[in-house]
Amino acid sequence: MSLLEITGVTRTFPGVRGGPPVRALEPTDLSLEENDFVTILGPSGCGKSTLLRIVGGLDRPTAGTVTLDGRPVTGPGRDRGMVFQSYTLFPWLTVAENIAFGPKQRGMPAAEIREIVADYIDAVGLRGFENYWPAHLSGGMQQRCAIARALANDPRVLLLDEPFGALDNQTRMLMQELLLSVWETHRKTVIFVTHDIEEAVFMASRVVTMTARPGRIKSITPVPFGHPRDYTLKSTPEFSEIRLKLTEEIRSEAIAAAKG
Amino acid sequence: MRPLTPISPRLRIALGLGFFVLFFAAWAAVTLGGLVSRTFLADPITMLQDGWYLLSERGFAEDIGITVWRVVGGFVMAAVIGVPLGIAMGAYKPIEALLEPFVSFARYLPASAFIPLLILWAGIGEMQKLLVIFIGSVFQIILMVSVIVSATRKDLVEAAYTLGAGHTGVLRRVILPAAAPEIAETLRLVLGWAWTYVIVAELIGASAGIGYMIIASQALLATGQMIFGILVIGIIGLISDTAFRLANRSLFAWRFA
Ligand SMILES: Nc1ncnc2c1ncn2[C@@H]1O[C@H](COP(=O)(O)OP(=O)(O)O)[C@@H](O)[C@H]1O
Ligand SMILES: [Mg+2]
Repeated sequence: MSLLEITGVTRTFPGVRGGPPVRALEPTDLSLEENDFVTILGPSGCGKSTLLRIVGGLDRPTAGTVTLDGRPVTGPGRDRGMVFQSYTLFPWLTVAENIAFGPKQRGMPAAEIREIVADYIDAVGLRGFENYWPAHLSGGMQQRCAIARALANDPRVLLLDEPFGALDNQTRMLMQELLLSVWETHRKTVIFVTHDIEEAVFMASRVVTMTARPGRIKSITPVPFGHPRDYTLKSTPEFSEIRLKLTEEIRSEAIAAAKG
Repeated sequence: MRPLTPISPRLRIALGLGFFVLFFAAWAAVTLGGLVSRTFLADPITMLQDGWYLLSERGFAEDIGITVWRVVGGFVMAAVIGVPLGIAMGAYKPIEALLEPFVSFARYLPASAFIPLLILWAGIGEMQKLLVIFIGSVFQIILMVSVIVSATRKDLVEAAYTLGAGHTGVLRRVILPAAAPEIAETLRLVLGWAWTYVIVAELIGASAGIGYMIIASQALLATGQMIFGILVIGIIGLISDTAFRLANRSLFAWRFA
């Protein structure tokens, strides 16, 4: 049995202001094994966030089930860490206190928390910023801290919803490498949502593409490159080949999405 | 002038003080220059002399103490009851549905209109003064705190849930710290209003306090004393407001980061 099973998950939102109901997600099946790194790629509005929020337990499917380790997901929990596109660090806590949030919630002894926090501060390159408030960090640093905060809680699955979507291109590429290097050390199971094709291929073991709304899975493409990966991978012919294949798939969906 | 452009702190202080100077100069000019009759408006020098007389001969310092005590007492009572109720209302929708309509209604009941009733119920002792301030403040606090708490960022709440927090964890570790600075600002505002209630309460059925002194001076046509009393209220208000503001700034430094 797989670690995470998404079976027939559907989501229909009630119509807003008397409008018709919005069918955001068609029945979706996906299973993830331990240490999988799956990226979900699709045009904006196709239901990627909806799917991720259902896995995270922040939204309920209209039909279908999500199971983790065979147990059905009924709400959010520390076994599924999330990183959002918007900056969600607690503004009244410092970087170190933000990372300590989960361990503290579990009642872990202070000495142990300090150790974990120090480890993840190093892992995401925030040494020297431990006592900064989020307001004093750049967007990239905030997202690194958010990743560290999610990982410090030692989740079974890490869910990332376009975490680098608001960052400039240079920062974004550095963040991709950083996240990969963290993943190469900790080998968490990851679902990473993005609308950036290159990012999807660079990070993933498998790329899942989705159709325009109502979203459903269109294809699953294995990415055969080994680890560790670095940015030079992006300029190899093999990489370009996969990128081109996915570009064509997504293009038709983006056109469909643009037509509404 | 270019809109929204900040100015240097020194210029800010200079301009702020400058207006006070201007105000007193104009006051001195119309009164000392004989443009206004002394019966209606004392000049600044008489006002200061009267003030000194009140403080040295009439035990006015004690009146000030009593009034401050009333304001603080009524305000603390209102805060102790209003803040938790407001938090409960903002955080839990059934409690909001239960209390919101009544509190919204009660908020419009003027505290001063209760004074005659309160005198019947509580006499003209200290309790009556405290209750006027309490009634005037508590509903405002409940409502404003509830609105603040309702507006807690949902994404932060969701983040806390995904980090393993339960419902009480979210309340304690997200909703409360997120709302605290604005609750403190609300209390600062309401404390200012409490000063108006206390004076009204003291104008009727009191035997001590700043408001009582102002009424007593009216009988003597002592405009200098009346103005001195009003000025004292303003100065105390300014001091307490500044202290509150500084305390908030240091307690919630992250807000100003
Ligand atoms: N709470 C909601 N109520 C109504 N419609 C929603 C809600 N959340 C999302 N939707 C709709 O569902 C569709 C999918 O949204 P989303 O999952 O956010 O897309 P994506 O993340 O792929 O851009 C969109 O058309 C969006 O308008
Ligand atoms: Mg989205």
